Amino acid sequence: MIRFDILIVGAGHAGAQLAVALCQRKFEGTIAIVGDEPDPPYERPPLSKDYFSGDKSFERILIRPATFWRERSIEMLLGHRVEYVLPDQHRVALSNGSFIEYGSLVWATGGSPRKLTCPGHHLSGVHYVRTRADVDLMKAELSDVRKVVVVGGGYIGLESAAVLRKLGKEVTLVEALDRVLARVAGEPLSRFYEAEHGNRGVHVRLSTQVECLEGEGGRISGVRLATGELLSADMVIVGIGIIPATEALAAAGVANSNGILVDELCRTSVSDIFAVGDCAAHANRYAQGATIRLESVQNANDQAATVAKYLTGDSEPYDAVPWFWSTQFDLKLQTVGLSTGYDQTVLRGEPASRAFSLIYLRGGRVIALDCVNVARDYVQGKALVQGALVISAERLADASTPLKELAAAAVA
Amino acid sequence: MNSIIVTTREGEEHKLEAQVGISVMEVIRDAGLDELLALCGGCCSCATCHIYVEEGPFDALSEVTADENDLLDSSDHRNDRSRLACQLIYSDALAGLRVQIAPED
Repeated sequence: MIRFDILIVGAGHAGAQLAVALCQRKFEGTIAIVGDEPDPPYERPPLSKDYFSGDKSFERILIRPATFWRERSIEMLLGHRVEYVLPDQHRVALSNGSFIEYGSLVWATGGSPRKLTCPGHHLSGVHYVRTRADVDLMKAELSDVRKVVVVGGGYIGLESAAVLRKLGKEVTLVEALDRVLARVAGEPLSRFYEAEHGNRGVHVRLSTQVECLEGEGGRISGVRLATGELLSADMVIVGIGIIPATEALAAAGVANSNGILVDELCRTSVSDIFAVGDCAAHANRYAQGATIRLESVQNANDQAATVAKYLTGDSEPYDAVPWFWSTQFDLKLQTVGLSTGYDQTVLRGEPASRAFSLIYLRGGRVIALDCVNVARDYVQGKALVQGALVISAERLADASTPLKELAAAAVA
Repeated sequence: MNSIIVTTREGEEHKLEAQVGISVMEVIRDAGLDELLALCGGCCSCATCHIYVEEGPFDALSEVTADENDLLDSSDHRNDRSRLACQLIYSDALAGLRVQIAPED
């Protein structure tokens, strides 16, 4: 039976960065990565942006060139899934029936898109955005597509809608709640993005429920709303979140609750098993200590770094400031901190100018900033979030004073 | 010859082939130098592709944009030769550029 000192399950950002970080830290043992896709690790954010639009080729979104892994003696076991885990024997079973023994197992499987379950969900032309294969499939169909309905007003849906408008498609975006980005941002930001999408010709439909999908000859032809209205569609793109891929590990008895539960060193409840990235539920101080999963490149990378350090003899608890970005049209949104649980928002700058920040406070302390086309606030706002600084709404709203100055004068 | 010279944090020098139209960040990443994290993939959001321009055609370098300037400010290791490698697009005029990978923040 083959054995690796470190077996990484999942070839996304977290798994790849873990292997890279172990190499940088001169780890001398053997490393393998099991990935269920055929491709070497690539960046996922461009799937709904530059890769979807065709502005970047696949080679340009590879996290490292394909030859890198071989040169570093990192075994890439691509096109395989881990079916089950035997923690007592330190073994995993792959989908092809073979077993691999591990010294340490790192679960970095991310998640799979939450699927529609309504009638018609199986029709061809209904797409999700998670893998290169998903996007290649959409791109292959696009030339015959005129009308697209996007289901879900989160980042994936909005970014996809922006690309589709750029490609000249008729786009309707359907959101079940009363505003886009409802789970992740404050109302002023939602209203801004709704207006921007509207101005670019996206039909944004809020508080709108999908009843079912209708088709002709097995292919999507329309989306039936709960009101009975039919939106005709040649393609449907669904972006309604992900479900963490935890099944095999959970079945092995590893503690989980909407994600694999990990401590501040990304250790699970079972010895020698770690979890990192989208699938890891951890207590995050930027969420007031709540146990959360973060679906972001930042979290994938920083948790991977935590495990790389731990496995090479340094115990440094995960305590990174969350950051995200989203690109839609010519709008670059950069977020620092987590806004969940805010009790006050402050606008800094005018949304009409298309360059402004929305600052989130909780009990008077800054917990997050959403910065649209203002990289300066994003960069300087980090210190406000890190220190949970107390700064008055009036001062925060004054865009003529740099946040750096406010930070220097603030009370921690 | 389309190439740039990159010095790693450990002081190793690498002569890397470069392609016109590709960013210096991609040239370094694609050569397999693993010190450059380049987390955001080159969309100017993270400052993890910080380099110092040591030598070369300074005049041919693009101006530092406001966004790049602000992101560089987030580094404790910024100096007057700091750039984000993702914002330097390789062209013939940059042949022979020498850069050094900045310390990690």
